[in-house]
Amino acid sequence: MTTATATAPVRTYRDYDRPLWQRLLLTREMAIIALLVIVAIVATATVRGFGQPITFTYLILDVTPILLIALPMTLIMITGEIDLSVASIVGLSSVLTGVLTQAGVPFEAAIVVALVAGAIAGAVNGFLVTVVGLPSLAVTIGTLALYRGLAVGLLGTTAVTDFPDFWTDLAKMKLGGSNVPAVLLLFLALLVVFVVLLHFTPFGRGIYAIGLSKSAAHFSGVHVERTKFLLFVMSGTIAALAGIYYTLRFGSARGDNATGLELQVIAAVVLGGVSVFGGRGAIHGVIAGVLLIGILASALRLANVTSDVINIITGVLLVASVVSNSFLAWLRTRRRAPGGTARARASAAG
Amino acid sequence: MNRFIQIHLDEEAIVQTDPPQTPAPPMLELSRVVKSFGPVVALRSGSLRLQSGSIHALVGENGAGKSTLVKIVAGLYRRDAGEFRLRGEEVDFTSTAQSKAAGIAVIYQEPTLFPDLTVTENIFMGRQPVNRFGRIDRKAMRREAEELFQRLGVRIDPDRPAEGLSIADQQVIEIAKAVSLDARVLIMDEPTAALSGVEVDRLFAVARSLRDEGRALLFISHRFDEIFALCDTVTVMRDGAYVATTPIAETTVDEMVRQMVGRDVTELFPKTPAEIGEPLLEVEGLTRAGVFHDISFSVRAGEIVGLAGLVGAGRSEVARAVFGVDPYESGSVRIGGKGLPKRRPDAAIREGLALVPEDRRKQGLVLESSVSRNVSLVIRGQLAKAGIITNGFENRAAKVWASRLEVKTNALSTIAGTLSGGNQQKVVLGKWLATEPTVLIIDEPTRGIDVGTKAEVHRLLSELAGRGMGILMISSELPEVLGMADRVLVMREGRITAEIDRADATSENVMFAATHATGAHS
Repeated sequence: MTTATATAPVRTYRDYDRPLWQRLLLTREMAIIALLVIVAIVATATVRGFGQPITFTYLILDVTPILLIALPMTLIMITGEIDLSVASIVGLSSVLTGVLTQAGVPFEAAIVVALVAGAIAGAVNGFLVTVVGLPSLAVTIGTLALYRGLAVGLLGTTAVTDFPDFWTDLAKMKLGGSNVPAVLLLFLALLVVFVVLLHFTPFGRGIYAIGLSKSAAHFSGVHVERTKFLLFVMSGTIAALAGIYYTLRFGSARGDNATGLELQVIAAVVLGGVSVFGGRGAIHGVIAGVLLIGILASALRLANVTSDVINIITGVLLVASVVSNSFLAWLRTRRRAPGGTARARASAAG
Repeated sequence: MNRFIQIHLDEEAIVQTDPPQTPAPPMLELSRVVKSFGPVVALRSGSLRLQSGSIHALVGENGAGKSTLVKIVAGLYRRDAGEFRLRGEEVDFTSTAQSKAAGIAVIYQEPTLFPDLTVTENIFMGRQPVNRFGRIDRKAMRREAEELFQRLGVRIDPDRPAEGLSIADQQVIEIAKAVSLDARVLIMDEPTAALSGVEVDRLFAVARSLRDEGRALLFISHRFDEIFALCDTVTVMRDGAYVATTPIAETTVDEMVRQMVGRDVTELFPKTPAEIGEPLLEVEGLTRAGVFHDISFSVRAGEIVGLAGLVGAGRSEVARAVFGVDPYESGSVRIGGKGLPKRRPDAAIREGLALVPEDRRKQGLVLESSVSRNVSLVIRGQLAKAGIITNGFENRAAKVWASRLEVKTNALSTIAGTLSGGNQQKVVLGKWLATEPTVLIIDEPTRGIDVGTKAEVHRLLSELAGRGMGILMISSELPEVLGMADRVLVMREGRITAEIDRADATSENVMFAATHATGAHS
């Protein structure tokens, strides 16, 4: 096909309006990664015992559930939704594993049941959000209570502590004499899956489009509801997986396992640069966000700072990151071109 | 006078408007105003002179600097250089509040009323009259609103909630608000873009009564027929600079277009005859209760079918149902003989249907995403190799379509929302042409875009039809429909009331079918 006007000169287009180094380095994700490195160096230098290999091992064991759950949470939040029921699904999966094992079901079968239950719990969230059309915030606050209630109801206030040694050892196993926990491999495998899914597939492109403009995505043939439904199922399944890990690591299945974990996950995801309004964020930032919170907490604990103070510091960090995010966005729109926000300018152009 | 007068105006339109008044000290005067944002110069030399008791038109292509000029007057931007006088006195607004206090009101295309409050409450928002107990004096408020509406000759119930009001009525309420604040200068930024003929007439009646009260009005529009029907004087801008100010009686459409684009645009609507082939899109008995009823039509290869009618006649709703984003209750849609399932835009796309929607900013584009991501959004599945897609694949595809359609931007990573309306429309077109459709539905192809781009879009549509594509074009601009369509369908209140061949179509019979209960076809 020829050009629409014959008189105009042929245009050439650059792929990007900024050079490569700027695109790589001047991002919110890089800022968090830089902060992470600085905090790690300062902690190693100043906190006694932080540089020890055992600290690293415990750090990984501690943050693994958060890392796991943060992966699907990132995708859900980029679509503009949220899943607050994840920690309750962790508890439910933990209890199911425990109760079934106690009842004599082979542990392997119990794991499968727990994972399926997690998927179903996620599917219930997804159904209420996409088919019934309720806001995910309300839906998952409800199922947060519901799933936690089911978990506590099933097991009461007791705990199941009798699990096959093979599996409890596996959860804490280190890779061939090193201090690297084997569970890191599980996370890395899922990390690769989610990075590819979000950043290198048509499905992932759809996720961003949904978060930025649901209606434009719909008009472009993106399966908005189906995508969200699938993400909630993924979130439930991964939360159940985290629940199994949680049970094995502490050798204890309890109804109140991981209570409040959802807030830690969401805090880390937001700190990692995912916009609470959807449409923005990347996995590497989220990983840095999780590790930053984890390292900070671990270093401060070693320095005998009480957990209240650690919470305060984490909270301040989170608020600061959200504020700086809006501030940077404001700066960017001012610098870019004819004033106002992108939306305001667009409406002026129409 | 309705807005469907021919683009080449008749004598009546000239006699109707008054020439500008004696050159008293101008109400508002801008001269050689400059505004830049970093390295981008948005306004090189903006000049404008508004007189009391006169309606002044401001025209220019998108990117000509009209919006920037208006924003300086409104106090949203501060000028870098140049003069800005109000009633002969130098002013320099640093906020919109200052501009409002000085008696300037800007009415935007999409008013922002509080939907749950009543019309009266909206007018007096933030300055409600109070009685001696400090409570809001509803009676006084209501009385004032009624007086206001009477003065403006408006018939809107002051007690109804703002929710559900037409955009035209919402604009009238914004105007009433401005008048109640005693604004001496009213600026209307493309107020008619979303209005139907009757509504435009009503808005114009209000505008004329304001002029007769001695206020100064600035009217920004892309529609020449309206400018000639309403305005007394016209100022043309191009590339961020003032070109000319002329009394409306002393200029012509051709002259204005020449001033706007700096060259002659000989033919605005150049549909060339193409060979009409087999039916590609067949719609039968499509019905959605309360929205449209028993809609049947077909679009053949090489054919442009115009879908005319007033805003609210149900045209866009039919297009959306055909494409599958909206539901319908009964009827069928076939592409190339193959039935399309309901509510499945993805299936429609696979069968070769494309929809360039009415609302470019909300439905057509992911505004905050790049040109590249927008162009490749629909075809992202095809671009992927073994399920994997990268920026490189997307950029390659985007480059092809950006250059074919001559999107004016330097980089493919440019955020789509920062482009001008015409360029945004090109991106939407590129995104859909990239799917290589056999049938294209295009809803308001040139709404809010400048003359130069408009001609490009028309040429493109004609070219696509020439290559065998079937095109359904929904348009509220009658000259566009009459100039482009091989066949015109007219809708009124959810039904097709007429089908008129190109040879027989006139503005009169299309307008008649759009407004009268029994159309030409029964």
